[in-house]
Amino acid sequence: MAKYYSEVIAMKDRIGRLKDNLYKKMPEIESARARLITESYKQTEGEPIVTRRAKAFLHILQNIPIIIRDEELIVGSTTIAPRGCQTYPEFSYEWLEAEFDTVATRKADPFYISEEAKKEIAEADKYWKGKTTSELATAYMAPEAIRAIDHNIFTPGNYFYNGVGHVTVHYDWVLAVGFKGIAAKAKKALDELNFGDAEYARRSHFLNAVIMSCEAAIIYANRYAALAREMAAKETNAQRKTELLRIAENCENVPANGARDFWEACQAFWFVQQLLQIESSGHSISPGRFDQYMYPYYSKDLESGKITREFAQELIDCIWIKLNDLNKCRDAASAEGFAGYSLFQNLIVGGQNAEGLDVTNDLSFMCITASLHVQLPQPSLSIRVWNNSPHDLLIHAATLTRTGVGLPAYYNDEVIIPSLMSRGLTLQDAREYNIIGCVEPQKAGKTEGWHDAAFFNMCRPLELVFSDGMDKGELVGVHTGDVTKFKTFDEFYDAYKKQMDYAISLLVNADNAIDVAHATLCPLPFLSGMIEDCIGRGKSVQEGGAIYNFTGPQGFGIANMADSLYAIKTLVFDKKEVTLAEYKQALEENYGKGLDAEKTQKVVAEVVKELTAAGRKVTEEEIAAAVGSLVQGSDKYEKLLEKIDEVPKFGNDIPEVDAFARDVEYTYAKPLETYKNPRGGMFQAGMYPVSANVPLGAQTGATPDGRLAGKPVADGVSPSAGKDVHGPTAAANSVSRLDHYIASNGTLFNQKFHPSALSGRQGLENFVALIRSYFDQKGSHMQFNVVSRETLLDAQKYPEKYKHLVVRVAGYSAFFTTLSRSLQDDIINRTEQGM
Amino acid sequence: MAESYLDTKGRIFDIQRFSIHDGKGIRTIVFLKGCVLRCKWCCNPESQEYKIQTMIVQGKPKIIGEDVTVRDVLEIVEKDRPYYRRSNGGLTLSGGESLCQPDFCEALLRGAKERGLRTALESMACADYKVIERILPYLDEYLMDIKHTNPEKHKRFTGRSNELMMENAKKVAASGLTELIIRVPVIPTFNATEEEIEGIARFAASLPGVKKLHLLPYHRLGQDKYEGLGRDYELKDILPPTSETMNKLLAAAKAASGLDCQIGG
Repeated sequence: MAKYYSEVIAMKDRIGRLKDNLYKKMPEIESARARLITESYKQTEGEPIVTRRAKAFLHILQNIPIIIRDEELIVGSTTIAPRGCQTYPEFSYEWLEAEFDTVATRKADPFYISEEAKKEIAEADKYWKGKTTSELATAYMAPEAIRAIDHNIFTPGNYFYNGVGHVTVHYDWVLAVGFKGIAAKAKKALDELNFGDAEYARRSHFLNAVIMSCEAAIIYANRYAALAREMAAKETNAQRKTELLRIAENCENVPANGARDFWEACQAFWFVQQLLQIESSGHSISPGRFDQYMYPYYSKDLESGKITREFAQELIDCIWIKLNDLNKCRDAASAEGFAGYSLFQNLIVGGQNAEGLDVTNDLSFMCITASLHVQLPQPSLSIRVWNNSPHDLLIHAATLTRTGVGLPAYYNDEVIIPSLMSRGLTLQDAREYNIIGCVEPQKAGKTEGWHDAAFFNMCRPLELVFSDGMDKGELVGVHTGDVTKFKTFDEFYDAYKKQMDYAISLLVNADNAIDVAHATLCPLPFLSGMIEDCIGRGKSVQEGGAIYNFTGPQGFGIANMADSLYAIKTLVFDKKEVTLAEYKQALEENYGKGLDAEKTQKVVAEVVKELTAAGRKVTEEEIAAAVGSLVQGSDKYEKLLEKIDEVPKFGNDIPEVDAFARDVEYTYAKPLETYKNPRGGMFQAGMYPVSANVPLGAQTGATPDGRLAGKPVADGVSPSAGKDVHGPTAAANSVSRLDHYIASNGTLFNQKFHPSALSGRQGLENFVALIRSYFDQKGSHMQFNVVSRETLLDAQKYPEKYKHLVVRVAGYSAFFTTLSRSLQDDIINRTEQGM
Repeated sequence: MAESYLDTKGRIFDIQRFSIHDGKGIRTIVFLKGCVLRCKWCCNPESQEYKIQTMIVQGKPKIIGEDVTVRDVLEIVEKDRPYYRRSNGGLTLSGGESLCQPDFCEALLRGAKERGLRTALESMACADYKVIERILPYLDEYLMDIKHTNPEKHKRFTGRSNELMMENAKKVAASGLTELIIRVPVIPTFNATEEEIEGIARFAASLPGVKKLHLLPYHRLGQDKYEGLGRDYELKDILPPTSETMNKLLAAAKAASGLDCQIGG
């Protein structure tokens, strides 16, 4: 049994000041990287691409401006402005130029950009026309796949516009032997290469590129060492002077060599974390099991008396601040899907080692404490839970959940380990999994998981069933016949499966085209040096150098589809109360709740066409009346909506409906896993939406579950908002009846709580029991939104945004917005007490 | 196989899953319909009449009250067994006053116990002790309301005097068959003074085996229901006690009783 220190260590004042400085102004886009990579690329035309990448990386790290911010103990900033970002024209650039003038004022994740930066970026961008991964990917895609993207069946925008990221490297290697050690390993492989090797050309260039990338990282750290010495020479405050000198010493030793102590290990970790995000724009570069690979350095220092727990905590807190210093500017549409400036740097604590023993340690607790201290979104903190997880760890995690920051997320070893093994991981590797990005499990240092490969909207293929594969006058799906002629539910369900199968094949086509484009134009030698077995195989991660290769696009809208198909089965085929023709019309007219102008025009044009074809003349008055009723809406579908409302819904602990939802999940997960990617790995399904269920819901018409056009689709594997009416245990029971093993790229289950549910020790105990019980039933992931006082105040102001906010007080629950003002005030005041 | 007591019928008006403030752990509360008292502050006014009623809820009429068997109820209670196991939770009966349906109440608790579930009862003990005696073997926790020590004031605010309940509290405590926890609804104008709370706390302390006292602050969450039932809410002008008041009363209760006192369930 592992021993650990579980007391909460107080936060140092320094951390508060570092945080204040970080958030003083709006994030800013800087132009240095765009300029430098373009300069380098211009000089390396015609050379092997992997060499060009390494030379560009070196050129950037030799020249990009550096800064040590006030009071920092861990240094390395990608931009001069706090929380700034660089740009990555090699992946895509056109969107940014198009959005230059709106990026500072847009709603989701605005960035300031100076006129000089605009000019410099625009100048650099001229070079990139026709040279980006996004352009090459488009060229590789089948026209049918492009059409499906244009019609919002799915969106692979993340990797289409950006680097891939979504990886956890061998941080432990850098901590142990430094980049000199990794370069030596590459050198050895190079020396052992046989001149007669058929792959000699590619392997040798790759290995040289790894060596050059390692040297680049060392040069960059040395620039920081020099800067620290320079600043120390001028520093008048004795304590700060000492700190700066120590920072200089750290940067002179790491990440060139192995770390000699915990502070150096923290600094080395940080350079790896930061530089991966200079090499490529991919997000979800996940630190993974930080509490494990950092522990030897911590425990050695603690035993020898070189460090106190308080100082170790301060260093960890400093890293937490730095993780929020990195930033990424996405195109406006993607920014909505990934709202909150998030980089999804997932860091996980607790869980088992390769031998299956629990390895919770002091650092596991200190990582949670760091999130309590800084109260910031990064890192995306996760906790591994299994039957032998220490209760103390979960209680400590629950105290963080209670603060309402939405952290940590909880993961179930008992599901994830066998699930990964079913995908070919060894037992030992599966036991050492960590989480990438949102919810995606993998084995660190061995995996190129392509975990966030696309958003697949499971609602859109259902729309195609109603339109016989057509969308806006184009064939987007396959012809499945006139929906109104279907005689049995099986016929209808088969048509849905056909539309799904076809759309999934297009999704695979698009993802694989992007995959090839990255391998062709953007191999990443720095990253590849820290992933097994790229050095041994002599090829980059992008070309299949990793041991485990996957592509994991995520389906969402499962609750809507389960409820929709169940409603059709019940109302049309079992009870025969509604015909498919009636349903079709109701969906087209958005249940009489009004349509936007474009849709209205389309529907009216069709009606006019039909009437004219039937030989009837249509008067202007008739058209005006039709348009009026469509735009304003009518109540002719109220009866239908009531009937739909009465059909049982997913999320209410009704085994029959939940089993049906599981089958609907299979319409996505099963076809998907039959496909392969160009790196030699398989596709695997995830079931989570990030925040894309809102913007992509806006592109989705009305669905047969009564959801209106343009409204958000259900989030992750959670029930549709407001449709689960029997509380959190019933919802959790339903969600646990999905197959969380087959969705091996992760499932996401969100629950919302009123803080009173977590108040006091008893509240924490019950909360932990709830997680454990969901996990006993083989759920995979759970995260919580504890409604804060601020949220309740906001709900008073904007009740329409919070229609489904349930507050539970002493055995009585109610929709918050339906309560009278004074009662709402009571609850808000109680919330304060509860905390 | 089918044991007849499982077919016992009773009348309930709600089942609330994931309740965490009425008994230990995560619980399912079954609300039985019908009550002997008419407390002016009652947050479940639809619980008071035994007869099935119509209440307007969010603009729509809703039938309140349903006749079910013990078997029906246990089927729903069973759904959260994984949560009871992890949290030491279980079934809680509330109301109304569950003791108004003695056969049903006893059968429910017995059914739960025989399945290995923990049981709790939220009640005023306003019944013949013979009725209470029947259920004690099946009851782990008795959350007993003591609202006031003054019989006259008790009668004015609840419709009945308190002698029977006080007497039953002593008997339940003396039986040693269940863990007795005393709960006090703290209602301004009725009992929200230090003196009155101290009186109740001292009484609670005098009961053998009692270790815990819960002070439940008055809330107005039932107010809309009075309107929905077409009834007048007499306490309209009363505000919930402030947290300052509650803390003061908590300190007073602790000092007077030496019990483990807390605000909320």
